[in-house]
Amino acid sequence: MAERLSKGGLLIDRDQPTTFTFNGDALQGYEGDTVASALLANDRMLVGRSFKYHRPRGIMASGAEEPNALLGIGEGARFEPNQRATTTELHDGMVTQSQNHWPSLETDVGALNAWVADKLPVLSAGFYYKTFLFPRVAWKHIYEPFIRKAAGLGKAPVEKDPDSYEHFHWHCDVLIAGGGIAGIAAARKAADEGKRVLLVEQTAHWGGRALVDGDQIDGQSGPEWVAAQIAALEAMPNVTLRTRAMAAGLYDHGYALVYERVSDHRPGLTGAPRHRLWRVRTGQTIVATGAIERPLTFANNDMPGVMLASAARDYATLYGVLPGRKVIVYANNDDAYRTALTLHQDGAKIVAILDIRAQAAGDLPQQAREAGILVRTSTGIAKAIGGKRVDEVQIGTIQGEKMTGREEYLSCDLVCVSGGWSPVVHLWSHCGGKLTWDDTSAMFRPDDSRPPTGSDGQAMTKCVGAANGVLHTTEILPDSMVRAPTEDVLQPHWFTPSRGKYAHGTKHFVDFQNDVTAADVRLAAREGYESVEHTKRYTTLGMATDQGKTSNINGLALLAGALEKQIPEVGTTTFRPPYTPISMGAITGSAKGPLFKAVRQTPMHGWHDANGADWEPVGDWYRPFCYRRAGEDRHAAVNREVVNARRNVGLLDASTLGKIVVKGPDAGKFLDLLYTNMMSTLKQGRCRYGLMCTENGFLFDDGVVVRTGPEEFLCHTTSGGSDRVHAWMEEWLQTEWWDLKVATVNVTDQWAQVAVAGPNARKVLEDAVCDVALDKGAVKFMDYVEGTLAGCPVRIFRISFSGELSYEIATPAGYGMALWDALRVAGEPHGIMPYGTEALHIMRAEKGFIMIGDETDGTVTPQDLGLFFAISKKKTDYIGKRAQERSDLVRTGRKQLVGLMAEDPQMVLPDGAHAVKRRREHVAMTTIGHVTSTYYSPTLGHSIAMGLVENGLSRRSEWIDFSTGLGEFMRAQIVDPVFYDQAGEKQNV
Amino acid sequence: MSEAARPVAPLRAPVADEPVYAPEPLIGIEPTDVYGMITLRGDLGSEALEAAVDEAVGLKVPAALSVVSDGDARVVWMSPDELLLFTDYSEADAAVARISEQMGVAHHMALNVSDARAVIRLRGARVGEVLSKGAPCDCSDHGFSVGTARRTHMAGLAVAFWRLEPDVWEIVALRSYAHHLLAWLEQAAQPGSEVFA
Repeated sequence: MAERLSKGGLLIDRDQPTTFTFNGDALQGYEGDTVASALLANDRMLVGRSFKYHRPRGIMASGAEEPNALLGIGEGARFEPNQRATTTELHDGMVTQSQNHWPSLETDVGALNAWVADKLPVLSAGFYYKTFLFPRVAWKHIYEPFIRKAAGLGKAPVEKDPDSYEHFHWHCDVLIAGGGIAGIAAARKAADEGKRVLLVEQTAHWGGRALVDGDQIDGQSGPEWVAAQIAALEAMPNVTLRTRAMAAGLYDHGYALVYERVSDHRPGLTGAPRHRLWRVRTGQTIVATGAIERPLTFANNDMPGVMLASAARDYATLYGVLPGRKVIVYANNDDAYRTALTLHQDGAKIVAILDIRAQAAGDLPQQAREAGILVRTSTGIAKAIGGKRVDEVQIGTIQGEKMTGREEYLSCDLVCVSGGWSPVVHLWSHCGGKLTWDDTSAMFRPDDSRPPTGSDGQAMTKCVGAANGVLHTTEILPDSMVRAPTEDVLQPHWFTPSRGKYAHGTKHFVDFQNDVTAADVRLAAREGYESVEHTKRYTTLGMATDQGKTSNINGLALLAGALEKQIPEVGTTTFRPPYTPISMGAITGSAKGPLFKAVRQTPMHGWHDANGADWEPVGDWYRPFCYRRAGEDRHAAVNREVVNARRNVGLLDASTLGKIVVKGPDAGKFLDLLYTNMMSTLKQGRCRYGLMCTENGFLFDDGVVVRTGPEEFLCHTTSGGSDRVHAWMEEWLQTEWWDLKVATVNVTDQWAQVAVAGPNARKVLEDAVCDVALDKGAVKFMDYVEGTLAGCPVRIFRISFSGELSYEIATPAGYGMALWDALRVAGEPHGIMPYGTEALHIMRAEKGFIMIGDETDGTVTPQDLGLFFAISKKKTDYIGKRAQERSDLVRTGRKQLVGLMAEDPQMVLPDGAHAVKRRREHVAMTTIGHVTSTYYSPTLGHSIAMGLVENGLSRRSEWIDFSTGLGEFMRAQIVDPVFYDQAGEKQNV
Repeated sequence: MSEAARPVAPLRAPVADEPVYAPEPLIGIEPTDVYGMITLRGDLGSEALEAAVDEAVGLKVPAALSVVSDGDARVVWMSPDELLLFTDYSEADAAVARISEQMGVAHHMALNVSDARAVIRLRGARVGEVLSKGAPCDCSDHGFSVGTARRTHMAGLAVAFWRLEPDVWEIVALRSYAHHLLAWLEQAAQPGSEVFA
């Protein structure tokens, strides 16, 4: 049984007890414990049920490589599934629960899976390609729901995350990932050279294995040496140290992500983000991430009580917890003997050390024997025996591929296994570093001749210490006096043979989290999955949340064996960031809730909000769709606004429209190239509606251009197009026509703009006290004047998007609200009402005016829309002119702009509905166009629509069918797109 | 220019469900609405432009990525052919006129853009730290000495900021985004969220 020792435990504070719950049971721990060490202290080895077979699973490791101890932590909005107990710091009051079982951890109905799988291999590798196929009808209602429910281990949280997260950009010369002795030494060296150093460590403590493994450095113990080095680093101003910070990924140009768990260990810390994602730009990266111990692959090696050897001694030394009292150590190397010696010193009975090697003559085996511990060579475990905990192991003599000798049983409650060590090469590999197989040490290590390179082609990353395959302190710190045992070489051992039905490897587990066995890997090889990438996906080995940290190497070694290839020939799968899972919150950072997306607001935004505005997004802005009064739905509000604007006068916030000033001696020439119109002839004080096309001849933006000075123009763009059009202008000026003397400035935010539209518009302006004469002769349609209105400096453009008498008034944004208020007040006796975007859209559609994004979709030319008046015939060139002469853009049969009257005038054609050549049933129909804009017109009392239809310009009065649903149609007649005031009289009053 | 005092529209419209922050943020965040601003585009190396800037605000043309200032007057380097000049709001039009006079026929553009941007002054020792939560440039003492000015992005929008004194910085963004920038700064400056002790 596992228990807390009466003394010891480097990381715990016995003066600060904590209480927590596990599956509802109240348990005790200490400050400094992880959830795993505290569970073991309470003799809770069983922590979960495996994914497919629901086999009992126990704590196997002491760090991020843990595959089994995945718990749900917390409650309510802070509940989080799949948290590793080994890396979760314990805090008082923590609520934890195990996963993937019903009704309970101890009694799990899911264990039936294992019983079934024993009889029939229905859940072996690739099962989902072979099972659940027949009958087909069962798929939708039985198989799929069942599989969806069974997928995954933990329960998904359902409440909104209340915590905050943030990013942090940091620049340094050297980023060092890993706070063990190699990383610390590298940090000292770089810091002494005056470099800006960032040293990060994923756990809450410095020192790595030096705290446990007992080597002496320069006369100090591991912990003493570490403490002294860290103190020295902390005193240096050019060094930044962070614990609880994991280097998650290494990318191009020295960009690295470091995932800092700021307050997971102190929940409720006011103001602190839960996680912080450091976005680091570094000159060099040093990867000091250590190595991960491999398990050995033998029958029932997944049983609770089977633990990595280094983890067992970590629990004893760091947390004062003895994971078992009757201990077997099973290994192929000298390092594992440290565990036997440590646990023996802490009072456990070491039943035996089982070494698969024929000889165990190194320093550590000698020490073990001197301590009276039994060492048996050439011995392997044929199987572990037990249920929810290991009770005994059956052992035998390993001879080649066979287990021989008599069946011997050893009673135990803890089996510490070690198959060797795998350097943590993830960061090195993320950015292109290659690996080489070291046959002697049986590990993949970084290939120094093929490192990740920077933009200068030089190496930008190097690995040190165990991450580089250098496991021994003497070699990691060559400049120090190190006292450490020498170690004999290991013997690679990828599969312990067994007896009887266990010989096939169906209970030899390789990937513990995804329940992948040695038999599965060999099956994949037999079925032709020779590539390690295919084998991974076919068997799902290495695809769980632990990403194969304890299984990848064992798996590919088995694959190599099955294919009779060398391990380096098989190779590894691709290492991808993040190294261990990071929270979605950390990736999101502060872009959550109100800060999710930057939304632009006009100076009058507050007034709209307080006066019934129903918002709609337009580009990056929010604009009022309509202003709803009490008792109104959107439809009613919109109708009221349209009727009022045409009868009296309406007020529209037009500040969102793009405004770009174009100035210089070549400004006219430049605009002639950008627009289809001749702009250079525009006289000062006049406006012209202009069209902008892409190089392919398609219309992409429109707006009124104003001549504001001898060499100055003000170009309006659509609300969503201002930044794009400005960038378009600058791109042409900077990359193609840099000899043109033209400067542009985006002044969209400089000006608030208000449209006053309707028969009473002029009266409103006059009543608002304007110092400029506004009678019809003084300010003609498409004129521009400057002056003062209601004390605000204004520019007045007499332009109309509604077809009514209309003025757009611009004032510097600081005056925007004052202008809006003054016009509202002046307009009251004239029946003024604000109107929103929908009323705006309906009124322009009644007049047959096109809108970018409705009548255009990136494939429509101005000619298709009949806008010949805006296309200059005199200009020799403009962007898109040549393209518009291509055969496909001048052929007959192109879709052209039409008006559409529905057969039933009270029915509104659906937006985007397709016109068909002929109604068909059960057969695909030929489409000949679609509806681009469609509304109910309160002005006319019936529906109106615009569309693009093949040869539309020559099909006036034809009736065509629109498909509106499965087998449903609406008929409409092709009419003039101008439904209202065809003579255009109303805007000329 | 109108005689009436210029009414100041609030930089931020009220937003429902705004979180409430502790009263002592990590840095001072002071929206200001008093500046006149002029965008000047032209040949930054020309004598005419040097003289124009001097005439307008009494300062020299700054080197790339820097700001020069004197009292409320500033000149910020915005791009190889663009400067942002600061002066009193009521002086901006006159300053534009003086620039045009100095430049004569030399190609340039001087525009009064006083209302186009929001200016927020930031105070304290932790300004660089707070800005680093959103901007990818090096805002540490090492990378952003007094007199540095940079255009970059932060909180999902384009910004420019500069350091006038060790503990006094200013940041500008387009006026329509100001409410978002303010909200972001307040969250990033929340006490308890210090990156360094």
